[in-house]
Amino acid sequence: MSERVVAAIDQGTTSTRCLLFNRAGRMLAVAQREHRQHYPRPGRVEHDVEEIWRNVASIVPAALRRAGLGPENIAALGIANQRETTVIWNRHTGLPLARAITWQDTRTDGIVSRLTSEGHGELFSSVCGLAPATYFAGPRLRWLLDNVAGARAGAERGDVLFGTMETWLIWRLTGGPDGGVHVTDVTNASRTMMMDIRTREWSPTLLEALDVPERMLPRIRSNSEVYGTCTAVLPGVPVAGALGDQQAALVGQTCFAPGEAKCTYGTGAFLLMNTGTRIAESTHGLIPTMGYVLGDGEPVYALEGSIAMTGSLVQWFRDSLGLIETAPQIETLALTVPDNGGCYIVPAFSGLYAPRWHPDARGVMVGLTSYIDRGHLARAVLEATGWQTREVVDAMNADSGLPVTRLKVDGGMTANHLLMQFLADVLDVPVERPLGSEAVSLGAAYAAGLAVGHWSNLETLRANWHRAAAWEPAMDPALRRREHANWGRAVDRSYDWVLPS
Amino acid sequence: MVETVTHGARLRNVPGTIQSIERAAAALRLLASTGRPLALAELSAALDLPRPTAHGILRTLREVGFVDQDPTNALYTVGAGLGSLSTPGWDRHDLRSRSMNWADALAGGTGCAVFVGVPDGRVVSLVHHVFRPDGSPQRLRTNETVPMHATALGKCLLAFAPLVTPAARDLDLQRYTGRTATTPAALESQLVAARRRGCATGFAEYTQGVGGAAVPLRGAGGLAVGALGISAPVEHLFGAGGVVRARLVDQLTAAAGEISVTLGHS
Repeated sequence: MSERVVAAIDQGTTSTRCLLFNRAGRMLAVAQREHRQHYPRPGRVEHDVEEIWRNVASIVPAALRRAGLGPENIAALGIANQRETTVIWNRHTGLPLARAITWQDTRTDGIVSRLTSEGHGELFSSVCGLAPATYFAGPRLRWLLDNVAGARAGAERGDVLFGTMETWLIWRLTGGPDGGVHVTDVTNASRTMMMDIRTREWSPTLLEALDVPERMLPRIRSNSEVYGTCTAVLPGVPVAGALGDQQAALVGQTCFAPGEAKCTYGTGAFLLMNTGTRIAESTHGLIPTMGYVLGDGEPVYALEGSIAMTGSLVQWFRDSLGLIETAPQIETLALTVPDNGGCYIVPAFSGLYAPRWHPDARGVMVGLTSYIDRGHLARAVLEATGWQTREVVDAMNADSGLPVTRLKVDGGMTANHLLMQFLADVLDVPVERPLGSEAVSLGAAYAAGLAVGHWSNLETLRANWHRAAAWEPAMDPALRRREHANWGRAVDRSYDWVLPS
Repeated sequence: MVETVTHGARLRNVPGTIQSIERAAAALRLLASTGRPLALAELSAALDLPRPTAHGILRTLREVGFVDQDPTNALYTVGAGLGSLSTPGWDRHDLRSRSMNWADALAGGTGCAVFVGVPDGRVVSLVHHVFRPDGSPQRLRTNETVPMHATALGKCLLAFAPLVTPAARDLDLQRYTGRTATTPAALESQLVAARRRGCATGFAEYTQGVGGAAVPLRGAGGLAVGALGISAPVEHLFGAGGVVRARLVDQLTAAAGEISVTLGHS
């Protein structure tokens, strides 16, 4: 049988997965492999990109085996990736010069505060839409150029290449040192602090401010076009889609109309709202960003609010506190008590992200009394995700002028029905989960499949979206107001914990 | 392979007992009493077994969760599965989490609503619910309970998890529709049919016009830990003569097989 399917690689923070989707957008097989997290010092988080490449080379064939398919059945390959994770490598040997610096890493705080103190803040905001922050890739690249032996000289000679994870994988898949294609997509490029958000080209002004040689940068391409053909892993298959994971989820959730919003709950949570062809200005701490560009189509922009810790807070609860054995068991533990007992956890482990942006905040746990037991802590962990989402939605409503009337959710934490109900309760809008919570991978598959004509248009994709579950708001408004105020008071207590060094 | 060791473990083997189980028990006792992680060489020496034999035992114990192996140094310790032996079944949220992808695929493939149910005393507790993907208004039923005798999920649990569910004669066989089985004999004959087919069905026995089919989810050693069910209007589920459509049962069985693998069933 010659069934045609689309393959997606989701290169995530903790693992890399390969998923195969049929024409109806249904997942046929998945294979996954975790990679090691390296924590060389507080605030530093690194990945070994060679380990990740080896994982890709093993999971793709594994997924094909599970589906009983071969490379000849694959119409196209799409990639979604953890954004802002930064790597440099030698184009002749294919070897990275250092481990990749991940998006959670805060080592660039010095570079970022220098950019700001030298008066570049306004320049970056106006050209790339991003105020300098440790979150983005550009300062990481600068750090690598400044700190890795041979990096700057190699980059200036044209021997050293820069990429985010999709760039690295596309380069490896299409030949590596032997003719590998060096490209990035417009969504990943929009998170570097180096791309002009209007022209969608590298900005010479910003490159100069960051002191980054342009010749080490990949070419910026749309999210849906044939970048090259695999020579490894899936020989002969076109690599035809690439998006940052959150933009991939926006496409996978088929948020194709202005005002449509999705939130993906993984390690962190990411809320994106389609703002159409308009770049929304944010006065409330959100990030105007690329939504997607499909081939030669009009660019679609989005507003993004990111929350640093959601799933990772549950992991901390499991691994560092040891109060549960598996992440899903937090729901079991939370259900042992009727409410939070007055306890709140603000997970500002590496500062607060949108909409507050307080890098000097650190986590706090407040309201502790002898009454509090582990069940209340479990509630407080889950509620932190709910309230952080509420803050982002409030900011988005204010900035976009398009109020969120329902929220499409995806990601592993949507398995937690207690959390999803709490989310609907505090947002006071319905929360909906689509069939197949694999929106990130599906979005990458959609982008790749559109490029090769496997799917003809966006309406075909919309028809693939089916509601798998919905949670309706059911919280008493007075209780919602009271708890919201308590949460705000808890957040106030997390500010300014880190002293300037 | 001819074993060269004929003393030690073999001499302790009492006629009528199963040697490999005795050896596994000895390995667990060693791991639990030593209080530190042990290498394969240490275990095989202490058990007086050739390394391949000891390795086979430890690998099997690891598969069932009674032994953990540190991936960095390959040392063995007692696994978490041993500590939770007295806890009945799977944590319901672990079960939901592991079912979720396949339950979604099943709903997409069959056009039915999908449920995961576990026994909860005399009723079935719904651990997971995926809407029927037809755009119709539906309400999430997670954490609700349904009766055992009148639903496919319940009959599946009665048929395949007899030790953790009540006997038919101990259930309150309340009538919900004209089709509900209201005598232990009628229910028993349905359970016999379910065991024979490997699948329990419900034909509008709880809600008018709504049918279901359910198969067991199995964990390590083949124990039924829950039921995976599909639900839809009876005409969608059943063909001519009231026979459940084979295409739907095949997909249901395949999905249950995939989920069971994630639950440790081999």
